[in-house]
Amino acid sequence: MSDQRAAGPALRGALARLMGATDGEVLAERSDGTVVRVGDRVAKAHDPDAEAGALAVRLGVAAAEQYAGVLLAPLPRGGPVEVCGGRNASVWPYGSPVDPDDPGAAPWEAAGDLLARLHAAPLPVPGRLPGPLPPMRGPVKAARAVTRMRSAPGGTLVAAARTVERAWAALPAWCRGEEPPPRATTVCHGDFHLGQLVRHPAGTGGWHLIDVDDLGLGDPAWDLARPACWYATGLLVPDAWERFLGAYVRTVRAAGARSGLAEEDPWPRLDAPARALTVQSAALGIAKARAAGRVLDEAEETCVAACARMAAVAAQAELPAPQGP
Amino acid sequence: MMCPKCGAPMHTYNRSGVQIEQCANCRGIFLDYGELEAITRMEAQWTQSAPPPPPPAGQAYPSGPAWGAPHHGSHGHYGHHGHHGRHGGFGRMLFSS
Repeated sequence: MSDQRAAGPALRGALARLMGATDGEVLAERSDGTVVRVGDRVAKAHDPDAEAGALAVRLGVAAAEQYAGVLLAPLPRGGPVEVCGGRNASVWPYGSPVDPDDPGAAPWEAAGDLLARLHAAPLPVPGRLPGPLPPMRGPVKAARAVTRMRSAPGGTLVAAARTVERAWAALPAWCRGEEPPPRATTVCHGDFHLGQLVRHPAGTGGWHLIDVDDLGLGDPAWDLARPACWYATGLLVPDAWERFLGAYVRTVRAAGARSGLAEEDPWPRLDAPARALTVQSAALGIAKARAAGRVLDEAEETCVAACARMAAVAAQAELPAPQGP
Repeated sequence: MMCPKCGAPMHTYNRSGVQIEQCANCRGIFLDYGELEAITRMEAQWTQSAPPPPPPAGQAYPSGPAWGAPHHGSHGHYGHHGHHGRHGGFGRMLFSS
């Protein structure tokens, strides 16, 4: 434990030095990433488990010209650098985030438009990247959340955990990261939420997607599935969801791209990924609540309740259809 | 038990507390006393909590999946301008993985 605490200031100092300073403002500090700001730049220490080769490709995608105005490009345009004994880090321009105290003011149309442009852009030329495009990591992260729930101190929230397990078991194997997805020819963000949007230049510039750590080839439905989950669970008003989805569909159609997500009913494609992300949120909520010795908060309860309904729908489907004589 | 119609063995399924026997051969279904009423009751509850029917042609987007929150079409916690604060973890969830 003391080693982990000691790593904090050392890592923050190392990140600040990448930007020519001795210290900076900590914007995020989690086990899977630390972000420090100095003036108009930020430096990020990536997940210690991040594979350097795949990370270099992901940074190459963020710097690729076909994603200009969609993905924030790193500074300088190049691969990750090592800090603090092997931790990979990268430097980016500072962008201003969505106000966390007013998610209602979130740029839903811009978000739908950005994801559509990401999905519809031509793939980067292989020779221009330092390696092959890795798979999008969304399903692996969902599986990791369920593992974290299983390994969290037990004894509490037993019924909630059992409900989440039932919803998880009813998912297709690809959504649990056990098989490749049926479609994996599209560059996907892999971890879209409101914390992944910034304006650049800060305050006045256009919205961009940040955090390419989970980016890769996958099913683009995954990128729409988290807002879909928020909407289906009642966390998000229908108006916000329709603005987001409407903008996505308009941009995909304007780009002349074919996508089942731009059809009249996108839910056949959204259903399984949206269930997986609901399970992920519920599992993380249970893991965090168990570790902190607290009860679930309202949003976490909402996700567990949705898992119960998923399990009930799956159980209905299991009953063999009665047949006539 | 054996099927009263064709004599083949019947298999028992338990779904949400209702026991249903189905014949392995003719697929006929046998209900015990009170089970038809239990099914009728569950059907009424299901109809109440099920999402609204698919929209008529012309409406842009259907409302959502079968496991969606009951009546989620009528409210939501976030999305309106001016809805400030991070009550009950809702806001926080929109900003995290």
